[in-house]
Amino acid sequence: MSALRHEHRGGRVTPCPPLSGLSERGAHGVTRTTLVMLCLYIVLMAFSAIASEEAPRGGRSITDNSIQWPAPELIWRVATLQDYNTRVVFLGVSALSSAAGLVGTFLLLRKRSLLSDAVSHATLPGLALAFLIVEAAGGNGRALPVLLAGAAVGGVLGMTTVTLIRRFSRLKDDVALALVLSVFFGLGVCFIVAIQQLPTGNAAGLDHMIYGKAAAMSSGDAKLILGAGLVVALICIALFKEFRLLCFDENFAAVQGWPRILLDLMLMGLVVAVTVIGLQAVGLLLSVALLIVPAAAARFWSESLGKTAWIAAAIGLVSGWGGVLASALFPKLPAGAMIVLVACGVFAFSMLFGVRRGVWVRWREHRRVKQRVGHQHLMRACYELLESRANGQGSAGDFLGAGQIGFDELLRRESWSHHVLSGLLRVGQAAGFVATEGQNQFRLTASGRAEARRVVRNHRLWELYLIEHADVAPSHVHHDADEIEHVVDANIVARLEEMLSAGVAGTVVPVNPELSAPGGARS
Amino acid sequence: MNWTELDTWIVLTAALVAMACALPGVFLLLNRQSMLGDAISHGVLPGLAIAFLATGSRAPWAMLLGAVIAGVLTGVLTQWVQRFGQVEGGASMGVVFCFLFALGLILIRTAADHVDLDPGCVLYGSIETAVVDVNRVPRIFWISGAMLGVNALLTALFYKELKIASFDPDLATAQGISAVWVRNGLTIVTAITTVMAFESVGSILVIAMMVAPAAAASLLSHRLSVIMWLSLLLAGLAAVLGHVGALTIFPATLAKLGLGKTGATSTAGMMAVTAGVLFALAFAWSLVKDRFGRQTSGIRLPA
Repeated sequence: MSALRHEHRGGRVTPCPPLSGLSERGAHGVTRTTLVMLCLYIVLMAFSAIASEEAPRGGRSITDNSIQWPAPELIWRVATLQDYNTRVVFLGVSALSSAAGLVGTFLLLRKRSLLSDAVSHATLPGLALAFLIVEAAGGNGRALPVLLAGAAVGGVLGMTTVTLIRRFSRLKDDVALALVLSVFFGLGVCFIVAIQQLPTGNAAGLDHMIYGKAAAMSSGDAKLILGAGLVVALICIALFKEFRLLCFDENFAAVQGWPRILLDLMLMGLVVAVTVIGLQAVGLLLSVALLIVPAAAARFWSESLGKTAWIAAAIGLVSGWGGVLASALFPKLPAGAMIVLVACGVFAFSMLFGVRRGVWVRWREHRRVKQRVGHQHLMRACYELLESRANGQGSAGDFLGAGQIGFDELLRRESWSHHVLSGLLRVGQAAGFVATEGQNQFRLTASGRAEARRVVRNHRLWELYLIEHADVAPSHVHHDADEIEHVVDANIVARLEEMLSAGVAGTVVPVNPELSAPGGARS
Repeated sequence: MNWTELDTWIVLTAALVAMACALPGVFLLLNRQSMLGDAISHGVLPGLAIAFLATGSRAPWAMLLGAVIAGVLTGVLTQWVQRFGQVEGGASMGVVFCFLFALGLILIRTAADHVDLDPGCVLYGSIETAVVDVNRVPRIFWISGAMLGVNALLTALFYKELKIASFDPDLATAQGISAVWVRNGLTIVTAITTVMAFESVGSILVIAMMVAPAAAASLLSHRLSVIMWLSLLLAGLAAVLGHVGALTIFPATLAKLGLGKTGATSTAGMMAVTAGVLFALAFAWSLVKDRFGRQTSGIRLPA
């Protein structure tokens, strides 16, 4: 065991592993990340400006007196945080949302994002009961530390219940979450209704906890949130490697001797902490958004956990800034909801244009692969058409230059539509593999012949390999080979050649065009 | 305890709503979509707000239409984000309902001067006032009854399809039953049920009744038909016991603990708690049975 431990590089915690990862990638990676972040920032600035501009327009038609478009100098003053009040709120909110982004990343990778929803709902009975107990004891139940402590207890209890149900019954995650969420929240509602009947007062302070009221944040509250947020972020950084192990290979972590359950509990504790300190800023119902949305958005920008975590923190920060900005300019708009809306805007943008997993990038990649596969199918269809016409006479390769290929003949061979085939032929023509010969007639050029030979050769080598070495039934081979031939590279083909003697079982493998016809070979 | 005729109507209405929720709840559980009720109940808020802003009144049909559209949209958007964005299911659901809920809060706040639309009312519900009616039999009672009837009818009609699609989607597709459409239909029924129910009893009770009876029943039996009847029974039981608890047990407990003298608490909240207690009992029973009892046979729920 200890030998294993030593082998695993850096048995101790190395703070901030993503930085070392960056240096391995070299300067290129760093500038690229920085650039992306910069672009993101600019886009977000624009977005939050637009978002705050849109809101009043919608509102003016309904309420004439309420929201006025503020003067440019006011926007500038608020955006650069020159007001003390805005600064305080921004400080608290940004510390909270970036810490939530960090924690949320681990939560997302563990596929437990909705756990935060159950935890946040479970805080309600905790904080209401804390209020009741402290009021009954003669204290001030509305004090923030009292409510937060109660909320934390409720959150931990809710999380424990989820874990117990998951562990000791065959019910699935979603059932456990929905159960805890609704039952705990129902209990909380019971307490709230009871509180409203008490002579000592209304539940106004508690309402802030449900819907959030960032604007009511005092500088003391902001400092409390800032401190808590920093502690959460520090724990995340310190335990970064352990959490990473937990996310990617839980069992490996256990085998390596890490206290898996303890680490899991730490992570869940951080979730509770973030939820609880988020109560005042964005409210119980939306603090879950800070844990889910920035992390999910960051996932589109990077495949590395380190970068994803930092991008998530940055997105959280920017959303916090945008939300505070909007609610400072338009006091009617609730800051918590604005923060979430900005974060969701970032998410939508990331989902479409994220450089790693965004829809646009994946669509482009998909199209590229489709084109390549289509091209290879076309080449093989041409080859096989000419081959069947030559009826096996003459050695491989002789018949290729001879014949013309009819459009309709090709269409009959494969399951192409008219549109797809003409598209493929256009691409082939542009690449110089296919030449037109009158109406609906084609012929392979010299380089096209070499390409067709190469494609068919790869395909048949694979067919042989699958029959001879992978024990695939001959009737299934064609389809399997079809899928695999598009991904093999030259090295593997060379190795296959060595492994298989040519001409096994009646299949004719064309000779390598690069050896037999140097003139027509592609470089 | 002072039981009036009003209390009878509260219990009857709540029982009908609870049973109407429990029916789709069983299939949500089998499809691993129990959180859908929660997501939809958050997601309908902008639908309500937009319906109000567009019509300028609280006409029930407009509110219902807006909410149902928003509810179905929650389900559809979640699937889109999951499919096109390749985001994990839970996270995509979280993103979607958080977005819609935040949007709804802002819309309501923007029009706050004119709107008498309290998000709190949507969450907690007020079945206590909903049953107060000029007629002898409150309108909400008939609505709830109709809802239960429709859900029961749909379940009976599509029982085979629902069963196959829940247990083995591939087999269902192979037999010509589109598992996707069964799922979509379930989403739509869930959305409509949620919206209809939460107007009267609050979304928290809806979520609880969609998951707790079905979960408890599935711990007690392995047969789908038994699970369905059991969850109906448990839902009705939770409604009755919940109202009694709200009137007596909860205030008594608070007073005994010295936390203050209060009257009856929220019926919807207490019904959710009761459903939770019933689940806890079923959970304990299943643990005891697993430990000491015979090994159960018959079909297992899908893992």
